[in-house]
Amino acid sequence: MRKLALSDEILLTIEKPARYIGNEVNMIVKDPKQVDIRFVMCFPDVYEIGMSHLGIQILYDMYNSREDIYCERVYSPWTDLDRIMREQNIPLFAIESQDPIKEFDFLGITLQYEMCYTNVLQILDLSQIPLLAKDRTEDDPIVIGGGPCTYNPEPLADFFDLFYIGEGEISNMELMDLYKANKAAGGSRLDFLKAAAKLSCIYVPRFYDVTYHADGTIASFEPNTEGVSPTVKKDVVMDVSHTYYPKKPLVPFIQATQDRVVLEIQRGCIRGCRFCQAGQVYKPVRERSLEFLKEAAVSMLDSTGHDEISLSSLSSSDYSKLPELIDFLIDHCGSKRVNISLPSLRIDAFSLDVMKKVQDVKKSSLTFAPEAGSQRLRNVINKGLTEESILNGAAMAFHGGWNRVKLYFMLGLPTETPEDEEGIALLAEKIAMLYYDEIPKEQRQGKVQVTASASFFIPKPFTALQWAPMYTCEEYDRRAHFVNDKFKEQLNKKSLKFQWHNADVSVLEGILARGDRRVGATILSAYRKGCIYDAWSESFCYDKWQEAMAETGVNEEFYNLRTRDLDEIFPWDFIDTGVTKEYLKREWKRALEEKVTPNCRQACANCGVKVFGGGVCFEGQN
Amino acid sequence: MKVRIKFAKRGSMKFVGHLDIMRYFQKAIRRADIDVAYSEGFSPHQLLSFASPLGVGIESEGELFDMTLAGRQEPAWIKDALNAQMNPEMEILEVWELPEDAKKSMSLVSAADYRIGFRDGYAPDVDLAETIAAFYAQPEIKVIKKTKSSEKEVDIKPMIYALSADADHKIYLKAAAGSVENLKPELVMEAYFTFLGIPFSPFACCITRLQLYLDE
Repeated sequence: MRKLALSDEILLTIEKPARYIGNEVNMIVKDPKQVDIRFVMCFPDVYEIGMSHLGIQILYDMYNSREDIYCERVYSPWTDLDRIMREQNIPLFAIESQDPIKEFDFLGITLQYEMCYTNVLQILDLSQIPLLAKDRTEDDPIVIGGGPCTYNPEPLADFFDLFYIGEGEISNMELMDLYKANKAAGGSRLDFLKAAAKLSCIYVPRFYDVTYHADGTIASFEPNTEGVSPTVKKDVVMDVSHTYYPKKPLVPFIQATQDRVVLEIQRGCIRGCRFCQAGQVYKPVRERSLEFLKEAAVSMLDSTGHDEISLSSLSSSDYSKLPELIDFLIDHCGSKRVNISLPSLRIDAFSLDVMKKVQDVKKSSLTFAPEAGSQRLRNVINKGLTEESILNGAAMAFHGGWNRVKLYFMLGLPTETPEDEEGIALLAEKIAMLYYDEIPKEQRQGKVQVTASASFFIPKPFTALQWAPMYTCEEYDRRAHFVNDKFKEQLNKKSLKFQWHNADVSVLEGILARGDRRVGATILSAYRKGCIYDAWSESFCYDKWQEAMAETGVNEEFYNLRTRDLDEIFPWDFIDTGVTKEYLKREWKRALEEKVTPNCRQACANCGVKVFGGGVCFEGQN
Repeated sequence: MKVRIKFAKRGSMKFVGHLDIMRYFQKAIRRADIDVAYSEGFSPHQLLSFASPLGVGIESEGELFDMTLAGRQEPAWIKDALNAQMNPEMEILEVWELPEDAKKSMSLVSAADYRIGFRDGYAPDVDLAETIAAFYAQPEIKVIKKTKSSEKEVDIKPMIYALSADADHKIYLKAAAGSVENLKPELVMEAYFTFLGIPFSPFACCITRLQLYLDE
């Protein structure tokens, strides 16, 4: 039998033991004694979520393409196993070899959302690695952070040895070579960190000092070590058609959230929505070639046996060769009974036609993301979607047989008024009315169903709205109830549904998203009080977080409720994403003036990412 | 064309539940390029039928499922093609063709053989062969069967078709299985421990299903 870290007694006691045994289809097996570097890649959430993440599959494939590296995986043990591991002092282990993580050279943790921060501490703690980077010794693994949350790594600065800023395909190999060279030369942990900090995308928090003004804002943020650059530059893959992509992705035994082949068709987004962090930090738009995507799709379907393929990107409709790609997939997949799933498509004649070919109309619903209830406010956030285009799309869809519509909104946007909020209910009502106007009674397949969901707006670093204030829990609840009351006033209220997220989670996410180094103490304190799995409503405990904030002097007024000054130094200013702060300031001003900025294909807004020398900025020029 | 497939599920694969094993085979069949038949409708599924779900924690040397093919592929080829897709703890043991009018194995299962051993530290300190024989020689073996709504006492002896122990400290059990009557081996072992007057731990036994019997 394969060696397992957990006993039969434990595995038969916990939920879904297959989360921890490994041996999945396409798992890489190497002899750990035959490699120079043991790397363990972590997604700090439950297995089914972590296994759905494309980024880890890319990096897993990339690291393991080298003979001298064995890259394994680990995910957060669910709360049942967490309890047992603590009681019995069992060290957290990697899935492949089932060896303790503390024996590895590197622990790489992907940071996809703020609400996983206490799970990062859970991983370190269960691995028996000191939580604070400064307490680690020569025997502990180097702890690396990556992923979107590293665009403001400061709340986690105390817990990581280094952060990799940007896309992982570029400098990770060089980082591994530096590690090997340092080891061969008998260098220390500190020697390695100093060498790593010379790479332009590597941020080593201990090599920087922060000072604060009396009002709590940052006075200075500077390197304290010779040879360390004051700015850290994000890495970008400029040729996305000649780079790593897994030909044989892992296939879990238990059903993952994303139980299908994922084909990332492009990176970046041309749209420039002012609330969207991904849209800014993944600039410029870079499309993968049709040939690359065809080959990747075929090899991944063949090697996994999945019966579904999903296109992935921030805005798939903007991929210039979408019709050709879809034709190919319909042709190839139809004969193999593979379903095609097309999230993030703009609803128009083309997409409806495609959706009719690949989906069961009766079972699917249409999704629009107007994000705000009025045109005025949509202009503020630069969301180009107009009421006219939503209604046109909906009318076409109703004639095509659809009768379920989902609408996504945000509440608490800058400059939002009661009229904007009421607009959410009015737009939903208009869509419902349109159904009854457009579709004669005898052709209707039941009632129309319009479901509107609202989340609360959270300003994120490197967006045009990074200066904007948030609101209190009470105010969010008041606004949500106001909208809910407006829904109840509508004529077609029985066809409408309004739902909203928990406000307390949003308030906390706001503090973590724009937090500085001082927020690290709050995260540690909340973890010590027992907070883990904050992204899961059944385990989220806001009371403990409030206690932790009070004890560590972190408050909502400073982090969430104030409008930040234009010349304030932000904790994340030392990162160079290519997008300039001047551009973001211009966009913040235009937002307040309710002015729309054209997308990257219509006109260049001089955001700064031209410095990368490729992508959409240079389209049609070669 | 219909085939019946016999496979083994060993080692750590015992932690993978029945539904996940079905999904595992669906994907393996696609990877192996087997010309499996699909149901009609907008979301067609492969025509597979598993004989009897195996509980999590139990290994097997004799699981069965039936598969309908759209065209013709030789059983020997199917066996090799599927084995090429199995991990080291899963093995296709046999593939044979069924007549077109064959009933599903699920409806035919009548009994199963089990081999039962003890995990380290859980073996009762008794003469196994002797006590098992004495246990089985009882005129009735009463156990409490719990259902969602009630608890009732039942005599499981008629559902035990054979029971013995060998010199290797292994117990061999043939018991009723399938949709008409089904006796879980754990329940027999619990009754045996009660008979011995020793508290029973659900982790005491490691169980392997050796074979399924079909009423054909």
